[in-house]
Amino acid sequence: MTSSEERLAAIRGGVPARRHNARTIAALTGNPGCARRAVLDGAGVDKPKLAERIGFPARFGQSRFAISRGNAFEAQVKADGGVALLRLVAERLGVEPGDRADWTDLGADDDLPERHARSRELLTAAAPTGVEQPAALFDHPLLSLEVAGRRVHLEPDLVAARLAGRYHVVEIKSFPVIDGQADPAKVSAAATQSAVYVLALRELLAAAGHDPELVSHEVVLICPRDFANRPVASLLDVRRQLLVLRRQLRRMARLDDLLAAVPEDFTADLTAEPATLATALATVEARYAPECLASCELAYFCRHEARGHTAALGRPAREALGGLATVPEVLSLAAGGDAVEPEQAEAAALLRAAARLRADALGVPA
Amino acid sequence: MSTLHALAKAQAVAAGIAQPVATVRHLHLHARPLVVVPLALAGEANAPLGALVGAAPDDARLLVVPQPRNRDQRFAFAAELAGILLSYVDGHRAATEAVPVDRGRDVRHRYVDAPQLLVPNPAGITFLRLLGRSTRFRRPDGEHPVPPAVPLLGRWLTFFAERAEHPGSSALLAMTDALTLHWATGQSAVEDLHLPALLGWIDPPAGMTGAEAAARAEDPALHPPAGPATDPDFDNRRLAPAIEAYAAAEDDPEARAGAYATLEALLRDQLAPTWELMWRGVGLLRGLPPGARVEGRWAGDRDAFTAHAEHVDAGGGPQPRRDGAVAAAVRLHRLERALTSYAVQRAYDDPLVMAAHRLTGEAFVGEVTLADPGRVDDTGKRPVLRPRIQVVTTEPVLVPLGATLHSPVRPGQKARVVFLTPAADGKTEVVLELSGGMGRGLTAPAGSVPEVGERVCYTTLSDAFLPAGAFPAPEETPWTHGGPPTTAPDLDAGPAAEAWD
Repeated sequence: MTSSEERLAAIRGGVPARRHNARTIAALTGNPGCARRAVLDGAGVDKPKLAERIGFPARFGQSRFAISRGNAFEAQVKADGGVALLRLVAERLGVEPGDRADWTDLGADDDLPERHARSRELLTAAAPTGVEQPAALFDHPLLSLEVAGRRVHLEPDLVAARLAGRYHVVEIKSFPVIDGQADPAKVSAAATQSAVYVLALRELLAAAGHDPELVSHEVVLICPRDFANRPVASLLDVRRQLLVLRRQLRRMARLDDLLAAVPEDFTADLTAEPATLATALATVEARYAPECLASCELAYFCRHEARGHTAALGRPAREALGGLATVPEVLSLAAGGDAVEPEQAEAAALLRAAARLRADALGVPA
Repeated sequence: MSTLHALAKAQAVAAGIAQPVATVRHLHLHARPLVVVPLALAGEANAPLGALVGAAPDDARLLVVPQPRNRDQRFAFAAELAGILLSYVDGHRAATEAVPVDRGRDVRHRYVDAPQLLVPNPAGITFLRLLGRSTRFRRPDGEHPVPPAVPLLGRWLTFFAERAEHPGSSALLAMTDALTLHWATGQSAVEDLHLPALLGWIDPPAGMTGAEAAARAEDPALHPPAGPATDPDFDNRRLAPAIEAYAAAEDDPEARAGAYATLEALLRDQLAPTWELMWRGVGLLRGLPPGARVEGRWAGDRDAFTAHAEHVDAGGGPQPRRDGAVAAAVRLHRLERALTSYAVQRAYDDPLVMAAHRLTGEAFVGEVTLADPGRVDDTGKRPVLRPRIQVVTTEPVLVPLGATLHSPVRPGQKARVVFLTPAADGKTEVVLELSGGMGRGLTAPAGSVPEVGERVCYTTLSDAFLPAGAFPAPEETPWTHGGPPTTAPDLDAGPAAEAWD
């Protein structure tokens, strides 16, 4: 065991690291500049429990209705052994579906390493060699990815489709595409998640000596069309997401650098006292932005900490305030206080003018 | 975000309460707006779960869909909503007024009032838009008939949703948007989308700061979300069992009535707090005096309402799923013009909005120190009245010589910048030559030229009429835009192809 790994284990407090899935890996790309998050995620700390322990529980519940609808739609799309699915995918890619297709379900086995080995073996053996190959579909493959020095298993709800000489990641989602448009936030989340699968599939092929480019950067997204349950396929180009993801994974692989800046006694041990945990967390810098609320379990804690900081008001507000860090600073400059740093002089003049104009328009003394 | 607005946010953080960013109300508020608070079932494509609807605080009608996945019940909900909404809309079709057109050579008629819908947040607007989309192509006959009011509801909801995209329209408003237009909170724009938290900042309960009230309002156990999405915890622990109980009681009328009552009470509990907030929001907005140009924009809403009502009366078809190339270009052009004019009008109506333009140098305020109201320019073919004034301002003047400026109090008058002279103490002397807004004679009527000592505001923003662009007819769509449409808009093909389940 390397010293880094020992340290990460110590930070967790001896419990096993939390397992990542495509969703959590995708979430890593959200706020790449945040050291607190990188360290906690790198160590595999159970962030939801941690947030709860320190009194700032996250609110990421999922409705039963949403889950059952998702499962029902997926089952419906795959109902006939993939025939309709294949036709849908082929049509979207503009290729011939061919007259036969192999359907392999890799999800049956419960033992993860065994399943992973089987997925690797079959997917490698079936690596595309040319357009004349018949189509093949692999359901529930178990992929893996190196995250912060550890192999992480990914259990994607996806089908890897070999079609026209390439693998395509096919992702089934239950949000609707209405008149050709879907909720942009959901599409972008699906794209980031799919990128994780594309990356894992590419690594798998590369490890076996194949060309990673055999996995297309175009992901096929299957959604219900309009207000009914009929599926419709769309293409998502995930090249940009792949770039971001690679960058973030590389950064996590260099956790040593990050850990060097973390105090020796830093702990996220869930058995520690809440006050101790909160104090410890404060020693590792976070980069809170309101967007964190939608993706990070620790966001409410960080928001509380960022109170009085302009970052808590959102990036546009912070920029409009000349990039000043705190609200007291802003108000002091606006009231005519002297700029501490010379580069604040411009912001100070702007804020003074703004304060004067506001007071003037509101009819109150400046 | 302007620095002025960001500063207001910073001040809100320090003061612990939201700060005004407007001195007048920039939207029209109906005497009896129809408030709609919808809820949707998680995971489904815009499946209504329930709604509170009504045009007065004590007149809330609760609509419930006991089995939201059931299509017939979905359309029964739409029919029930249509009963309320269409009669509300029709209530505005009594009186008309004559409007001169074509320079007074002709008149057209428009309704003296128009309906106004209020929903809690932008997601509420999306909900109504999608409900409109899912109902307007339905037919009262054929394979899956729906009540005749349902497609009509769809067309009106689509009308409202399209108006909501039109800058400056007040036909369908999201309360969070309406409030953030007038107040800046100490939280981010994302958090402002949560109506309970937003009102916590604007109007915190006694003894609480805005931040405390907002934090409290974020707990779904203390305050249900303002919809259309429900709290997952509520879904799992309370709603799901209630829906199951209702489904299980299919054969037992008595048990079914009981289950329905339970469901009704559950949904009322979730909706009532938001209903209260909506009317509190209405009250806060009513407390502001309306801006001078609000009435003019509302007239635009009344025009659009009249036009759509006439279109429906004349047997016109429902709005297409997608605009053709020409229609899309026309719409974009219209929205851009509306956006420009809305921004200018708000600045003209409200010194606090104008202040943001003063900060960026697009406007300045100063005092008139010299005025020559009788100046006549006789260098041309015939003499014309061209008074000049000198304005001294302490604000930076970033306009070039020769630029044409306007003043909100004399919108019909142009002011050309003739001289710009830096004076002592960082002041600037601006000499302006005025034209227009002074009648046809060679003497300016009293009040049409600013007098010495008057405090004036001049800006590059102009509220002058923007001519409409010229667009080809749909059948002359250029090939660069796909050429003329080959088939008629898909009025019939769409709904028939849309599966029922």
